[in-house]
Amino acid sequence: MSAALLGRVPGPVMVAAGCGGTGRELLPYAGPAGLDGLDLVTRSITLDARSGGPGPRVVEVPGGLVNAVGLPNPGLEHFLATELPWLVRAGARVFVSVAGATMGEYADLARRLSRAPGVAGLEVNVGAPDEAGAGLFEVREPYHAASVIAAVRREFPADRPVLAKLRPDVSRIVEGARACHEAGATAVVVGNAVPAAFRDGRPGGLSGPAIASVALRCVVEVHRALPDVPTIGCGGVHDVASARAFLDAGARGVQVGTALLHDPTTVTRLRAALLPVDPPTPEETP
Amino acid sequence: MPEERGTPAGPVHVEGEVVATKRVGAYRHLTLSAPGIPERFRAGGFVAVTVAGHVARRALWIHRVRASSAFGPTLDVVVEVRGSGTAWLAAQPVGTRIAVTGPLGRPFALPKDAVSCLLVGEGYAAAPLFPLAERLRERGCAVSLVVSAPDEAHLLSALEARRSARSVTVLTADGSVGQRGGVADHVDDLVRRSDADVVYAAGPAAVLRSAAGAAERAGAWSQVAVECPTPCGTGLCHGCPLPVVGEDGVDRVVRACTEGPVVRGDRVRWDALIPPRDPA
Repeated sequence: MSAALLGRVPGPVMVAAGCGGTGRELLPYAGPAGLDGLDLVTRSITLDARSGGPGPRVVEVPGGLVNAVGLPNPGLEHFLATELPWLVRAGARVFVSVAGATMGEYADLARRLSRAPGVAGLEVNVGAPDEAGAGLFEVREPYHAASVIAAVRREFPADRPVLAKLRPDVSRIVEGARACHEAGATAVVVGNAVPAAFRDGRPGGLSGPAIASVALRCVVEVHRALPDVPTIGCGGVHDVASARAFLDAGARGVQVGTALLHDPTTVTRLRAALLPVDPPTPEETP
Repeated sequence: MPEERGTPAGPVHVEGEVVATKRVGAYRHLTLSAPGIPERFRAGGFVAVTVAGHVARRALWIHRVRASSAFGPTLDVVVEVRGSGTAWLAAQPVGTRIAVTGPLGRPFALPKDAVSCLLVGEGYAAAPLFPLAERLRERGCAVSLVVSAPDEAHLLSALEARRSARSVTVLTADGSVGQRGGVADHVDDLVRRSDADVVYAAGPAAVLRSAAGAAERAGAWSQVAVECPTPCGTGLCHGCPLPVVGEDGVDRVVRACTEGPVVRGDRVRWDALIPPRDPA
């Protein structure tokens, strides 16, 4: 499939899924432009509301966070009625992260979101660190992920992007990226949190600076093997240098997640540094 | 509660600086210059601060604000050392720069009329009750304050409290000062004696539960400041689940940092609330 048919690759700076609250919580830190033009991936939306997992959901470890939040979200209905219209009105380019327990759920989500005004694109969560625990469709094999992407693609307009968010597993990432791209993914997001465990053995995902070099290696491998597949780096991006490392490795953009929990202004600062658009306004020109 | 006109709203993220540090009993009181936060502060609000070398932030109750000082607007926080992050904070000398976000969370709701209020706090987490007492007194409320702790060293600011409260009751588990016992032992009696219309509580979950229960038995309203570990403090991570019953009677899990930390005591599903753990 030609890239032109799959929608524009967003970026270069996006808010990663699950780290932007409902979007409203970012507004105080977004500067005078607010969320206008911000590429924002929502937290994963499921068909039915989910209250999320028990506490502690997020625990600090050296260099990062282990989390098992359990995808709390109000369900598609409520999201479409309240959160999405707010984000659209605020000017954000909304990429809805979708998660489902079955292929049918992914297809339903894609179909209904294709009709919702203001959805810029979708991100398909096909690399959650603990799918079984989160009650999600298991995508152990790349072809499972690809069939989910294909199911979403069938229901979503070809001119809008569908991103596939993969697990940053260097031994499988090239295969996964190839399969998802062939199934119609506009770009692959590399990647999700790394499968990890809390001290008591409970499964979770590790995120933050600790996984930056793991995610970077995955981007490097994908770019080397599949130079035509657009990648978006995600993992430990917290400043201009860490973002540039992904861009220099061939990524078309980066997503910022855990860094927002540490400093909610991170995306605003990175956009100011990396966005090629918007020349300085006259007041700011010395 | 309506927004006060002309008051800037919403949190800000600023580079603060330690301008004073003082050990008081078992705690470390830090004064931070934090432009923008004191003027937005309402009692019950908190700040999230960055700790060097740590990804998660530390949430600290605001104990006092000064709109102006030699250092500009400042705020006071009370730190109890419970792990490496709070140990770092407590060790910082004057001049250390610290990123501060706040004021965060939903503050205490203030009564419209000059009613009788009982304020119940335990340990360092009693901090938000002191600015609350001042605001209530300004509104003409009769304020009774209960300060509780395991021992004298962990009693927060009981002496200062006498300025804004009509009566102050001190409870220590070991009986070293004031009455012996904990909040659960005395709260029903205290609610009755103060003839409280509203009970405000701040402290560990068990203390909040006792206070909320006593309020309900006495037919009073309660407002509790729930302390959960809040990895970000800003509502972004959904990492601080607080089980509540919504106004529609439906069970929900909300974010302690955003829909809380102050909620009505009768709305908390106490059995489902995980006891707060020590921060790392």
